[in-house]
Amino acid sequence: MADVPGSARCVVIGAGIVGNSLVHHLARLGWRDIVQLDQGPLPNPGGSTGHASNFIFLTDHSREITDLTMDSVAQYQEMGVFTRCGGFEVARTEERMEELRRRMSSAKAWGIEGELVTPEFVQEKVPFLDKDQIIGAFWQPGVGVVDSLRAGTLMRERALESGALTTVPNVEVVGLDVEDGRIRRVRTDKGDIEAEYVVIACGVWSPKIGDMAGVSIPLTPAVHQMISVGPCPQLAEHEGEITFPIVRDMDTFCYERQHGADMEVGSYAHRAILMEPEDIPTIEQSKLSPTELPFTEDDFDTQLEQAYELMPELLGADGAEIRYAINGLLSLTCDGSPILGESHVKGLWTAAAVWIKEGPGVGRAVAEWMTHGFSEIDVANSDIARFHEHQKRREHTRLRTTESFIKTYGIIHPAEQYESDRNQRLSPMYDSQQKLGAFFYETAGWERPHWYESNAGLLEQYGDAVMPREHEWDSRWWSPIINAEHLRMREAAGVIDLTAFQLFDIEGAGALDSVQRTCVAQCDVAVGKVIYTPVLDANGGFRSDLTVMRLGDDHFRVVTGGAHGPADRQWFADHLVGDAVLTDRTDEISTIGLWGPRARDILASLTDADVSHEGFPMLSCREITVNDATVLASRISYVGELGWELYVSFDDAAALWEALLETGDRYGTVPVGIGVYGTTGRIEKGYRAYGYELDAERTIIEAGMQRPKVKAADFVGRERYLAQREEAPKTVLCTLTVDDHTSSSGQKRYMLGGEPILTRDGGTLTDGHGHHPYVTTAGSAPSLGKHVLLAYLPPEQAVIGTELAVSYMEELYPVTVGSVDATPLFDPNNERMR
Amino acid sequence: MVPPVSVLVCVKRVPDITEEIVLSEDGQSVDGRRSGFTMSAHEECAVELAVQAAGTGGGEATVLTIGDAEAVEQLRNALAVGCTAATHVVGEPFSFGPADVAREIAAVVRAHGEEGRAHDLVLLGNDAADTGDFQVGIRLAYELGRPVVNGASMVEIDGDHVVAVGEGPAGQETYRVPLPAVVTIREGGVEPRYPSVPGRLKAKKIPIEERQPVGEPKGGGRVRMTLPPPTPSAVQILGEGPEAAPAVVDVLEKLGVLSPGKAAQ
Repeated sequence: MADVPGSARCVVIGAGIVGNSLVHHLARLGWRDIVQLDQGPLPNPGGSTGHASNFIFLTDHSREITDLTMDSVAQYQEMGVFTRCGGFEVARTEERMEELRRRMSSAKAWGIEGELVTPEFVQEKVPFLDKDQIIGAFWQPGVGVVDSLRAGTLMRERALESGALTTVPNVEVVGLDVEDGRIRRVRTDKGDIEAEYVVIACGVWSPKIGDMAGVSIPLTPAVHQMISVGPCPQLAEHEGEITFPIVRDMDTFCYERQHGADMEVGSYAHRAILMEPEDIPTIEQSKLSPTELPFTEDDFDTQLEQAYELMPELLGADGAEIRYAINGLLSLTCDGSPILGESHVKGLWTAAAVWIKEGPGVGRAVAEWMTHGFSEIDVANSDIARFHEHQKRREHTRLRTTESFIKTYGIIHPAEQYESDRNQRLSPMYDSQQKLGAFFYETAGWERPHWYESNAGLLEQYGDAVMPREHEWDSRWWSPIINAEHLRMREAAGVIDLTAFQLFDIEGAGALDSVQRTCVAQCDVAVGKVIYTPVLDANGGFRSDLTVMRLGDDHFRVVTGGAHGPADRQWFADHLVGDAVLTDRTDEISTIGLWGPRARDILASLTDADVSHEGFPMLSCREITVNDATVLASRISYVGELGWELYVSFDDAAALWEALLETGDRYGTVPVGIGVYGTTGRIEKGYRAYGYELDAERTIIEAGMQRPKVKAADFVGRERYLAQREEAPKTVLCTLTVDDHTSSSGQKRYMLGGEPILTRDGGTLTDGHGHHPYVTTAGSAPSLGKHVLLAYLPPEQAVIGTELAVSYMEELYPVTVGSVDATPLFDPNNERMR
Repeated sequence: MVPPVSVLVCVKRVPDITEEIVLSEDGQSVDGRRSGFTMSAHEECAVELAVQAAGTGGGEATVLTIGDAEAVEQLRNALAVGCTAATHVVGEPFSFGPADVAREIAAVVRAHGEEGRAHDLVLLGNDAADTGDFQVGIRLAYELGRPVVNGASMVEIDGDHVVAVGEGPAGQETYRVPLPAVVTIREGGVEPRYPSVPGRLKAKKIPIEERQPVGEPKGGGRVRMTLPPPTPSAVQILGEGPEAAPAVVDVLEKLGVLSPGKAAQ
């Protein structure tokens, strides 16, 4: 057995599905001198991989997760360890059936084979299922099972054969040494390893290892209960591991998966049973393995009954016994996404909170990321840099996963908000907003008003122009007040709390070079200029889009969205040049937006400064005194109206907010929520949003955001961007309007985003990347009286006037292409912003 | 035709001690928080024998435990594999010494007798996995004035007698004693069954009789337990590659994982 080497280029901690996949892909990409450690023996060191149920359903509402799953399936197939058996998600209720229609939509959007079927269809393939218990199902023939331990062994052996890898089992990591912000050394009970790179890929133990380097890996070990019942004669008569499709009994949060002569019944229906990584028993203390804990029967009682109800003849067969029952540990995170990427400790990477269905895909993505600085599949939603401070607390993870565990098979509305551990960050205007009846959404821990009940009186004034929604699902987490606020903003003005913006200053010698290197737009502009710019990765995909203000020769302020803020800050910090210093100002500076035709009147009555069009031109910023407070005003707009972003210290923000509302009241101004700022105002103007239209798999050209010239200064992604400008786009971001909302039942339906775009008669469209178009953002455009959709279309369809359809809940609605570049549908010449 | 027989089988909730044993801080008990809880292997066999003995003639198999609320889990487990009734003497298990336990079981046996459901046979595990006192069976028989067989691994009802077979120092020993009787069971004679799904569902619905202890427990007088020094792990390499297969089969047969005939199938 190999000894622990004294040094390595890269140490991978963990030999589960993730660690094994990672060493394979690193070796494939040319890495040498890799050392893989695990505390347990091989091939099953005792982590979650060892007890996984190993089945893979393909469709997730998240594109990122689905892509990782599809890539993993392709890899499992290539290794010959994937058995296709098909899978059903069955519905016992009409509400679930509607959710299955929505899942069918996602399947179409992501290009996954599937269909909605009858109970009879299910019973034909699963004869021991009582069809009277269900009303329909979502059938995915591509579902299958894998041998994840075998896959891990194969991948590890490939890396070993290439001479790139040394694997040392039965060795415990006892420390990580960090020097000057870089990982230097892994300490183990069998000797120390000097290392340039270290990857923490040890599943449920990852937080414990991360803590050794001061890195928070906010996942929690959580119990998933599973029993195995057999031998069942109906199964035993068939050869091999699996003959019958897997059944996910969605309404009871259970699954039934054949395993040879046994039927495994797993559950996500029980209470969340969480654990601290430090409390996981050692291998010596464990009867089975450290992640196969004693079964707690009481938690499973209801599920057992429901499973028996669905498959009475099979589970009640003579001689069939509950032969194996565990509380198996797996990893959960506060937002349900994995934890991948480089931590704030340079060279220390993470690949954790990953399930079997994503394992090999994650291994490939992280290996590519470590090698090239980007991965083919955009994994931004899983980036460890995404976490805000409040999310790094174990308590937060515990509360959020307790809330979300029961939703593992749940019906989750796309706008659904968490209830637990709220009020983490409150803007100075919070008290005022509460009095105004704000309906708060959470962004980056901030409580942000999405709309204000105080504006309910506007509904009557605007009548049907607020585009009320008849269907409960379409109007859940939504209010027509959003559209009323929108109309009032366009008519008079609106005041918007934007405190959740992430702000950081880059100062000192090297500040200009730092922003020039990071941003696509020319940042060498006059002091007092505001720059809107994409930020690219080395592959020319979007890292972000944000604004930069030049406040001095060596002083720039970067303003970006709260949700993605920490990742942007990390990116800029990693690209600082010379002596430039980055300082986060998020928690000291509040931002208030003031927009609308009366914005200038309102601001003018609170300041002596010249705020005329000539005196304060578009895309300029400067300090002025407003309401006796020093305010950095920036003439910019994300809603297509005349106005300013006003940056003000936390101490002065509430008073400024009140003054703007009070003075604004004379002009008909109201407080306006993020429902307008983030959706309705934005999409009428065709403004793109990172995470929706913009991601690492999209280019500036495809998004229709290219400028006539490219600056001479070098920046990340420049080479690829120049090449992209020479190529014809493979896909084109378009704005579409819905022509008719009437469903077959006569009720009007409103899409919420994520729906597939098809030909008028329901035919599939495919762009130059082989992707199918789907709605990236959907929302009301009250000033147009239309429901607007943004979507990337194949270039042939990206023609104004093209008639297509959107599929919503498995019905087709006619849509027409209204814009094929960044030209807004509303105020196309931007006259209102003057 | 065998007449219906009523069997009482006594079980105790104990930590699962198949792996590394951790003692509680006061050294009075085994800490089962990580290992989980179970009933002793001897008792699992006793339950199986009770269910078989009762089942053959349409009799009753009542399971009894003395313990706190969590011990109900062990009663349900016994019900799930075929016991038909359950009695829970509610008390803090560690305060009961062997004499206390014997007295409480005897009280239940007498009470059940008075209620018209006398137990013909009382089965117990030979000794508990955590405390290993080896006393309750004999003390119970003495309390009840019944014959007792210790360390049997098989029992069979033969009319108004019970035939108990066990391994003695010199070989197999067979006893035939008149009912009512007490027998303590050692594992090895029967394969305890796992519960079936319908069995588990049925077990949930059977009401559990709750009783209070009839006397104040005096305890067992234990000062403390200590763990022996860990046995050094001895690794023996059986060989490499396919040549090692016969040696592995030998080991598996010795462990009883494989029976000699089955290896060839």
